[in-house]
Amino acid sequence: MLAVLGANPMTGYAALLDGAFGGAKNLANSALKAMPLLLVGVGITIAFRAGVINIGGEGQIIAGAILSTLFVLGFPDVPSFILLPLTFLVGAMGGAIWGGMAGVLKSYARVNEILSTIMLNIIAVQILNLLLRGPLMDPGEIVKGSRIPHTERLSGNADLPILPGGTRLHLGVLVAVLMAVACYFLLFRTTQGLRLRAVGHNPFASRYAGMSVKRNVVLAFMYSGAMCGMAGVTLVFGSEGHRLATDGGATTFTGAAGFNGIVAALFGGLHPLWTIPASFLFGALLVGANAMQRAVQVPAALILALNGLVVVFVVGSMYARTRLARTASESREQGEGSDSRSPERSGDPEPRNPP
Amino acid sequence: MSDFLTVSVLLATLASGIRLATPFLLAALGETIGQRSGVLNLGVEGVMLLGAYGAYYATLRTDSILLGILVSLIVGGVMGIVYGVVTLALKAEQGISGIGIFIFGLGLSDLLFQKQVGTPTPIDGLGDVAVPLLGDLPWVGEVIFHQNVLVYVAFLLVPVLWFVINRTPFGLNVRAVGETPEAADSLGVSVDRTRYITIFVGNAMAGLAGGALALELGIFQQNLTNGHGFIAIALVYFGAWRPSGVMAGAMVFGLVSATVLQWKTLGIVVGTTASIVGMFPAVLTILVLVLVSRRTGQPSALTRPFERGH
Repeated sequence: MLAVLGANPMTGYAALLDGAFGGAKNLANSALKAMPLLLVGVGITIAFRAGVINIGGEGQIIAGAILSTLFVLGFPDVPSFILLPLTFLVGAMGGAIWGGMAGVLKSYARVNEILSTIMLNIIAVQILNLLLRGPLMDPGEIVKGSRIPHTERLSGNADLPILPGGTRLHLGVLVAVLMAVACYFLLFRTTQGLRLRAVGHNPFASRYAGMSVKRNVVLAFMYSGAMCGMAGVTLVFGSEGHRLATDGGATTFTGAAGFNGIVAALFGGLHPLWTIPASFLFGALLVGANAMQRAVQVPAALILALNGLVVVFVVGSMYARTRLARTASESREQGEGSDSRSPERSGDPEPRNPP
Repeated sequence: MSDFLTVSVLLATLASGIRLATPFLLAALGETIGQRSGVLNLGVEGVMLLGAYGAYYATLRTDSILLGILVSLIVGGVMGIVYGVVTLALKAEQGISGIGIFIFGLGLSDLLFQKQVGTPTPIDGLGDVAVPLLGDLPWVGEVIFHQNVLVYVAFLLVPVLWFVINRTPFGLNVRAVGETPEAADSLGVSVDRTRYITIFVGNAMAGLAGGALALELGIFQQNLTNGHGFIAIALVYFGAWRPSGVMAGAMVFGLVSATVLQWKTLGIVVGTTASIVGMFPAVLTILVLVLVSRRTGQPSALTRPFERGH
């Protein structure tokens, strides 16, 4: 693909690898890029396990970022050790509200969740632009007249503390990993998690067993949104400018994490713990892509395009895997000599009637 | 607001509404035929972006709008073959593989634009063609019969598609495959072949829809479509899987977009209000989806991959 774009592939990939993994600084940058992907990916996993597709990561990140920014603007003087947990909580609430809306629409108005989450993304971007060009704009920008759409530098008490080690790694990375582990326990070690997975696996049986499918779908969306909202918190309070900003376009400050997180989740096999290495890989890919952009002038949008292909391939290979498994078990049942892939399966358990 | 309520401005808004409805209509009609055969294509947005870029780039380099249109159709068709292989041969889940196509289109169109063009360079968009005689009609002629050629194509496709779906053997196959693929298969209709055709046609139309948007605006930028493709999918639900219903929905969205645009041009909405108005299409889509949620008529086999003997 690089060669097609007129760049030396070897130089390009060397730059990519070095930019992503070369030295502690680059590794730390990869981890920082991976942080929102992990949180979003874990959120996507919860929704997926409950049988719904959450494409609203972008909107939920923005909702979490807006609500937590408002909170910190309102209480800038609270000491850090109280303010930080509360900020995360408020951000999670913001995301949960935004995600929950898609859940309610799905459960009680039968609105396709993919369409509603995409629309909620568009609405969230507009709200963000509205706030940053209006009431939330940095007063300094208005005085200067430059009117860059971002907030003032947010209270230092809400800065995510830098972890020791001399890199830019901050608390957000730890929070992301902790949340992945927490979600693993939620999904696989609690009754609520069992309910979510049951609803995703077989809604009819779950209803028969007395579970409320509608309620659990809303809950799944709220958990999912809460994770994305926390990703929004880490992106705002872990940013170098320590403020909420927008580029005025459709991507704002998220760097498409809401979409790339889906890829990380799928690549991690929709398992919260496997999403940790998967999102690190994609974080590294994003950082490396920027290095590659500098080295051989190939736009970093390449990675988004590749990620799309990854999704298609991962989903495409799922069926191949189940078919292989089925073929294996069928040939074991039927003994040798039967080709289970031929259209007329002689040994089908329920042979179709001849026309 | 009083500037807006003059005859000439209202007529111009109506005419531009019809023009802006065209990308919605083309994409939604393509999606309709796919869904009638039981295939949900959520990659419309990505295919539209690729088609839009293809049309833009071809026109930019050759100054031939016709070539641009052709390229958008081809790009859409190629993506159709890809999506067909992924969903039919590999039997991938349609929802998430469509999202993959969307992300792919979003990234690739941006990548190619940055690499091949870089700075936004406007192109000459489609010119209006007046229909002889009808174009001379007062008001109606101005609104309906002074449009670019893709507008006529899109609206002519509505009866054509209706005829194909409801009055031809192929259309019967499409509906059978979309409702009960098992029955269709037992009568010798190839489910996969029928679906390959509908996916190919649907994606080619999505590509064309993107091309229509780029040639209408005369520009390309990152994420040019900004939800057009997803709204088009919602329009299929709104139109209850019928071409005429889809057309009505596309008109509503075209008129809303045209009104918003006109308000911005006239300075009725500026600055922060523009953001509020910018939410209209998305909010409207959700409202529409809520309103039509009780509607029946969804093809029974929608999103269900077909496999013999299971």
